[in-house]
Amino acid sequence: MKKEHKHVKSNKKYGMVIDLDKCTGCGACMVSCMAENNVPFKADESNKLDSITWMRVYKLTNDKPYPDTEICYLPRPCQHCEGQHEGHSPCVSVCPATATDYSMETGIVSQIYTRCFGCRYCMAACPYHARYFNWWDPVWPEGMEESLNPDVSVRMRGIVEKCSFCFHRYQRAMEKAHFEDRHELEENEYQTACTQACPSGAITFGDLNNESHAVYKLKKNPNAFRLLERLGTNPKIYYVSSREWVRLAGDNYRPDEKMTAKHKPAKHAPAKQH
Amino acid sequence: MSTQDDKAEAVSGEAVESCKTCKDDGSGGVVFLFFIIGLMISLVFGWVVFPKILYSGKKQPFDFNHVVHNEVVDDGCESCHFFRDDGTYAGVPKLAQCVDCHEEVQGETEDEAIFVRDYVSKNREVPWLIYSKQPDCVFFSHVAHVKTAGMDCVTCHGDIGESTSLKVYEKNIITGYSRDIWGKNMIGLKKNTYDRMKMDDCAECHVKEGVKQSSVQTKKGACFVCHK
Repeated sequence: MKKEHKHVKSNKKYGMVIDLDKCTGCGACMVSCMAENNVPFKADESNKLDSITWMRVYKLTNDKPYPDTEICYLPRPCQHCEGQHEGHSPCVSVCPATATDYSMETGIVSQIYTRCFGCRYCMAACPYHARYFNWWDPVWPEGMEESLNPDVSVRMRGIVEKCSFCFHRYQRAMEKAHFEDRHELEENEYQTACTQACPSGAITFGDLNNESHAVYKLKKNPNAFRLLERLGTNPKIYYVSSREWVRLAGDNYRPDEKMTAKHKPAKHAPAKQH
Repeated sequence: MSTQDDKAEAVSGEAVESCKTCKDDGSGGVVFLFFIIGLMISLVFGWVVFPKILYSGKKQPFDFNHVVHNEVVDDGCESCHFFRDDGTYAGVPKLAQCVDCHEEVQGETEDEAIFVRDYVSKNREVPWLIYSKQPDCVFFSHVAHVKTAGMDCVTCHGDIGESTSLKVYEKNIITGYSRDIWGKNMIGLKKNTYDRMKMDDCAECHVKEGVKQSSVQTKKGACFVCHK
């Protein structure tokens, strides 16, 4: 009756490399994310403190007067932090309900909505503001519930939600793989909605541990950095920018602060892989 | 304050007095009898009446004979409950699959007559009640279990393929889910693998079959395996 599980799956570490030089700040990633993941919205979204955007594009400036003013757009999904030892991400380690968890198999930080009771410790712990609280039950404009994605469960009032790296797409891709008697996915079989929606190709998604995936090479770019690296959260979203002030802003350097060796492009070394 | 205290004392004094008298009467047996009767009523309510109230029996739109259909198909369960090319599971057959044979009434059963009259001729899908319907937050991949793990349908669904009529759909009036998810047995004892379809039952089998236990928090199966 049973087949032996002979295949040994190697651990994956899904991550993203976002090229900030290519990002135009159009917001297509935000729109596609909301549509793909049934993210609720209100009639009035002007208060950004209580609106939910799993993927949010931030606008950075170098604070210099004209004509030296520069801006940079920075898309920020959940960083899927690995932490100092595997899976010790800030949110996972504080969750009292095991509602958020880290999978060693995919490196994805999961959020189980039915398990969350809304204490919001994880929101306090997350240094990236990647987690959002549902202050209200979702209300869809009439007829729109027909267009909800059936692969993503909708959330209710009183719980926390965040980017899942479109994990349902992984599940769907694995179903196809199982059907075709495969146990591994091709790089293009599992891509997040924001990656596919980005018109300028700024976002690249894949397995950071897999040498054949594009992200494996891109993250080694000397101009690659991660957000708030000094905190030791070990995130899986890499950003690439040729502009030094952007790289510094990514780690909250103060103007009077000196760059560490790590941030000098020549000596930059990507984090060790497990 | 003081008057209240006095009253309380008086009351407790009375209670002691009455208790003394009852002891004297030798009616401890009666009290015990009442206790037993009360206990019996509670137990009967809890084990017999409550489940009846909790689960409302709903009937399927019409009856279906799996045995008869199983005889005329070549590929067992997968003849009608098949996988699509993208690996998704078709589940309960749609009208289009049945119409090939059931354009006209074939046999003599009343149920088939209902089917042809109310659904086929009106081109309406049959609103089947699905015994194994899981909550929205659950992701279940049939293909991973059937094709990759090589499991039989019977392991989770029981021998529905051997049944000549559809059982009553017992709907939990609080949760809205079928009793097949919670299981027949109120204490939670399980005789067969298909008695229950709760999270613990999935997890138990995953441990036994050596599915990677990759959760950092629990050291058990990761949440994003069965959840979405």
